[in-house]
Amino acid sequence: MSGESALFWVLAPLAVLASVAMLFMKKAVHSAILLAWVMITLAIFYIALDAPFLGIVQIVVYTGAVMMLFLFILMLVGVDSSDSLVEKIKGIRSVAIFTALAFSLTLITFIARAELGRPSVGLDEANSGGNVEGLAQYLFSDYVWAFEVISALLITAALGAMVLAHSEKSDVARTSQKSRSIARFRGKSIATAAGLPGSGVYARNNAIDLPALLPDGKPSDLSIAEVLHRRGDVAESKSYELDGLPKIDNEGNK
Amino acid sequence: MNPTNYLYLSAILFSIGAVGVIVRKNAIVVFMCIELMLNAANLAFVTFAKINGNLEGQVMAFFTMVVAACEVVVGLAIIVTIFRSRRSASVDDASLLSR
Amino acid sequence: MTSENLVYLIALPLFSSALLMLLGRKADKWGHIFATLISASTFVIGAMEFFAMIDRPEASRAVTQKLFTWISVGTFNVDAGLLLDQLSIAFVLLITGVGTLIHVYSIAYMSHDKDRRRFFAYLNFFIAAMLLLVLGDSYLNLYVGWEGVGLASYLLIGFWNQKPEYATAAKKAFVANRVGDFGLSVAVMIAFANFGAVSFIGIEEKVGGASETALTAMGLMLLLAAVGKSAQFPLQAWLGDAMAGPTPVSALIHAATMVTAGVYLITRSNFVFDNAPTAQLAVVIVGTITLLFGAIIGMAKDDIKKALAASTMSQIGYMIMASGFGPAGYAFAIMHLLTHGFFKAGMFLGAGSVMHGMNDEVNMRRYGGLAKFMPITSITFGLGYLAIIGVPPFAGFYSKDKIIETAFNAGGVQGVLFGSAALLGAVITAFYMTRLMLMTFFGNKRWAQGSEPHESPFLMWAPMAVLAVGSVASGYLLYSGKAIVKWLAPVVDKNQHEHTEFLPPIVVTTLAVVAVIIGVSIAFIKYRGELSESAPSEVSIFTRVTRRDLLQDDANEFLFMRPGQKLTQLLVKTDESVIDGAVRAVGSSALGSARGMRKLQTGYVRNYALLILIGALVALFTALVVTL
Repeated sequence: MSGESALFWVLAPLAVLASVAMLFMKKAVHSAILLAWVMITLAIFYIALDAPFLGIVQIVVYTGAVMMLFLFILMLVGVDSSDSLVEKIKGIRSVAIFTALAFSLTLITFIARAELGRPSVGLDEANSGGNVEGLAQYLFSDYVWAFEVISALLITAALGAMVLAHSEKSDVARTSQKSRSIARFRGKSIATAAGLPGSGVYARNNAIDLPALLPDGKPSDLSIAEVLHRRGDVAESKSYELDGLPKIDNEGNK
Repeated sequence: MNPTNYLYLSAILFSIGAVGVIVRKNAIVVFMCIELMLNAANLAFVTFAKINGNLEGQVMAFFTMVVAACEVVVGLAIIVTIFRSRRSASVDDASLLSR
Repeated sequence: MTSENLVYLIALPLFSSALLMLLGRKADKWGHIFATLISASTFVIGAMEFFAMIDRPEASRAVTQKLFTWISVGTFNVDAGLLLDQLSIAFVLLITGVGTLIHVYSIAYMSHDKDRRRFFAYLNFFIAAMLLLVLGDSYLNLYVGWEGVGLASYLLIGFWNQKPEYATAAKKAFVANRVGDFGLSVAVMIAFANFGAVSFIGIEEKVGGASETALTAMGLMLLLAAVGKSAQFPLQAWLGDAMAGPTPVSALIHAATMVTAGVYLITRSNFVFDNAPTAQLAVVIVGTITLLFGAIIGMAKDDIKKALAASTMSQIGYMIMASGFGPAGYAFAIMHLLTHGFFKAGMFLGAGSVMHGMNDEVNMRRYGGLAKFMPITSITFGLGYLAIIGVPPFAGFYSKDKIIETAFNAGGVQGVLFGSAALLGAVITAFYMTRLMLMTFFGNKRWAQGSEPHESPFLMWAPMAVLAVGSVASGYLLYSGKAIVKWLAPVVDKNQHEHTEFLPPIVVTTLAVVAVIIGVSIAFIKYRGELSESAPSEVSIFTRVTRRDLLQDDANEFLFMRPGQKLTQLLVKTDESVIDGAVRAVGSSALGSARGMRKLQTGYVRNYALLILIGALVALFTALVVTL
C-alpha cells in the first residue's frame, strides 16, 4: 500500500461524502463550506498527481477567491435564506437521481473498458525541468493565443460584473412632507396654505361638482377640482340654494 | 496505484454535481454544484496528464479554472441583480416561459 | 352503295326536339304541329328509301352513309356511320310510321296539358335516338342510340314528375336499363379485343376466326343488354311501373319500339349468336321464361295499362325466344315484332281512349259495358285483341304460329319443351286478353260516380283505326309467299339453311288454334256474369303472388337493393372511419404529440437541466453500446 493510495483511499470517500452532504444541507452556507472542503481535497489530489502548480492555484484561486466570493454573495442575498425542502415539481428528484446514477455507471463502465495498451507514463520526464517551467513552456508557446484570449475574458468578466452590479439612481426626486409644506406656504396665495375649500354641501345634493358658496352668495371656483373645471363639468348651485339667504359683502355688512 | 481510480472519483463527483443542479432550488447552491462538476472535470484532465506523460492536460485544467472563475463572477453578479428586483433567489420563480 | 339521305332521318327530329326545347313557351302554340310534321317527314323519307330499296337488286340493297370520323386512336378506328339494310328499313318504317300516328294521337290526348310542347320535344328526341339505334353501322353507334332511347324513356316516363311515384318509376326504368347497358359496353370491349373492330361488317368478316368462348361471352353480354332494354327476365321489373308515363308514351316506347330494341340487337348480331350455341340456348331460355312470366302476371292485373304491359313483356319473350333459334327464327321474330307493333300500339291507344272517356280511371273493375258508348274504340281494340290472341286470319296468328312452329322444329326434347311453353303462353294470353275485353267493354256497368264515357275526338281515333287496319292485314301481307323470310334472308340467313320440320305445320296450327279456344273459353266462363266493383280479397295464394307481380319487386329488393344499400352504408362507414379516420388520425396524432410535448415546457429551469442530463446520458449510452 503506497502512500499515494493510502492518501487516495482516505480522502476520496471523504470528498464523496462531503459532496453528497452538500446536496442535503438546508442552509446554503453549510453547502459552501462543504464545497470548499471538496476543493481542498482535490488540491491535495492534484499535488499527489504531480501537478503542484495546479494544486496551489486550486487552493489560492478556487477555494480562496471563488468560494469566498460565493460566501460574500450569500451574505448579500441573505444567510438565512433557506430552501424549502418541499419539492414543487413532482418526481424530479427520483428521475434526477436515477439519471445521475445511470450516467455515472455508464461513465464508470466506459472508463473500465478503456484500454490504453501501455502503463501510465507518469510525469517524471515532463516535470524534469520543474512543473512550473513545463507549464510555462506550454502556455507561452503552443497555447499563447488561448492565453491571451483568456486574459481578455477575465477583463471582460470583471467589466461585466461591474456593469451588472451598478444600480442607477432614480430621477424622480422624492418629496418629503416637510418640503411639501414649505412649497404650500410659498405658493400663489396664503389663503390656500392650509388646503383648498371642499365642494358645496346642500340639503339635496353634496356632489363634488357642486361649488361651495362664498359669503356674498357667489359660487367659489376654488372649491371645485381643477379637472372638473377643465372638463366643464361644474354644476349649477342655483337650484339647490336656499331662497332668502342673507348676502354679506366683503366688509362683513349684510 | 492506478491513476484510473482518480477517473472513477471524477465520474462520481460529476454525477453528484449533476444531481445537485437539478434538485436544489437556491440559485447560489445550484451554482456551487456547477462548480463541483467543473472541478471533477479538472481532476480528470490532470489524471490524464499523468497517464499520458505530458503536461497538456494540466494546461487544459488551468484554462478551465480561469474560465470557471470568470463564469462565477458574472453568474453571481446576475444572481445579485435578479435578487435585487425580485427579492428571491429561488430558481423556480423564473418560470414565465411555461406553456 | 352510299346515300346522302340517311342523316336526315336522324337530324330532322333531333333538330326539331332541340328547337322546341330551346324556344320554350314561345313555341307552345305551334310546337306540337311542327313536331308531328317532322315525324311525318321522316316517315316519307323512310318510305322513299324503302321503295328505292325494293327497286334495287338484292345484292346491293344495303346503303351506307359515313357522317364523319368519330374515333381514331391507334388501331381503334370508329366512324360515325349509318347503315340501312333490309333489317333496318323494317324498323325505320315501324318507328316513323307508328311514331307519326302517335304524334297525331298525342295532339289530342295531351291537349289539356300545359307542357305539351315539351312532350313533343321528348317524343321527337326519342324518334331521333331510336332511328340512330337501328341505323348505326357499328356497335358503338348503336350504343349512342341505345343510351338516347334510355334517356328519352326516363324523360317520358317521368313526364309528370310532380308525383314522386312517377319520378321513382322513371328512375327504376333507367337503372334497370343501365344494368343492361353494362352488358353492351362489355360486349363492345370483347368485340374490339377479339376482332379489332366494332362495326357490324367488320366483325362479320372476322367472326370465323374467333374462339367460341369469346363469341359466347360476347353473346351473353349482348343478351344482358337486350334483357335490360326489352324488360326480359330478370330485368323485367321496370316495365309495369313505366306505365306511369302518359299513354302515348306507353304505346310508342313500351310497346312498339324501344322495348323491341333488344330483339333488333340480337338479330343484328346473328353472326355472333350463330357461332355460339350456348349463348343461343341462353337466349331461348330467357325468352321462354319471360313469355310465361309476363302472361301469368297479366292474369291478375286490374290496371288496364299494367295488364297490357305484362302482355308486352310476354310477347317480347316470344320474339326473344324466336331469335334464339338462329336463322330459322330471326325472320319470325322480326315479323312478330312488326305485327305486335301494330296491335299492341293500337291497344294502348285504345286504353288511352278509354281512360280519356272515363276521367283517367285505370282500374278495369270500374269499367264495364263500354262498347255501346265508345264504339270506335271498342272495334279497334277488339281487332287488336283478335290479333294478339292469334285468331286467324289476323296478324298475330301468322307471326305467333310461326314462332311456335320454329320452337318445335328445334328438335328433340328441347323443341318439345319450348314449343309446349309457347303453346301454354298462347293459352294464357288468350285467357287474360279475353278477361280484359270482357271487363272493359262488356258486362255490367261498374262506373264511378259522375262518369260519362264518350268517344274520343277524331285525332285520337284516326290513328287507332290505321293501326287496327295493320293489326288485321299485316300478318298476311308479311307472310304471303314467305315475303318477310326472303326479304330478311340476305341479312340473317346468308347460308340459306334448309330447316328441319319436327311437326307438320298444319298440326302446329291446329294446336295453336285449340290453345286459343281453350283460353277464351275459360275466360268467358269466369268473367261472363256480373262482376264486382272491387277485386275479390278471398283468393288463393297463387293469385295473391301473381297480384304482386310474382314477387318481382320483392326479389329485386331482397337480392340487390338491400345488399346494395348495406354495401353503400359499409362503404360510407369505411370512408368515414377508415379513410377520414386516417386523415383525422394524422391531425389528431400531431395534436396529441404536441400536447404531450408541450408538457416538457414547464418553465422550470431545473426541468430543462434534467433534460440536458438525460440527453447527455443517452449520448453516452449510445457510445457505450456501439463499442460493446
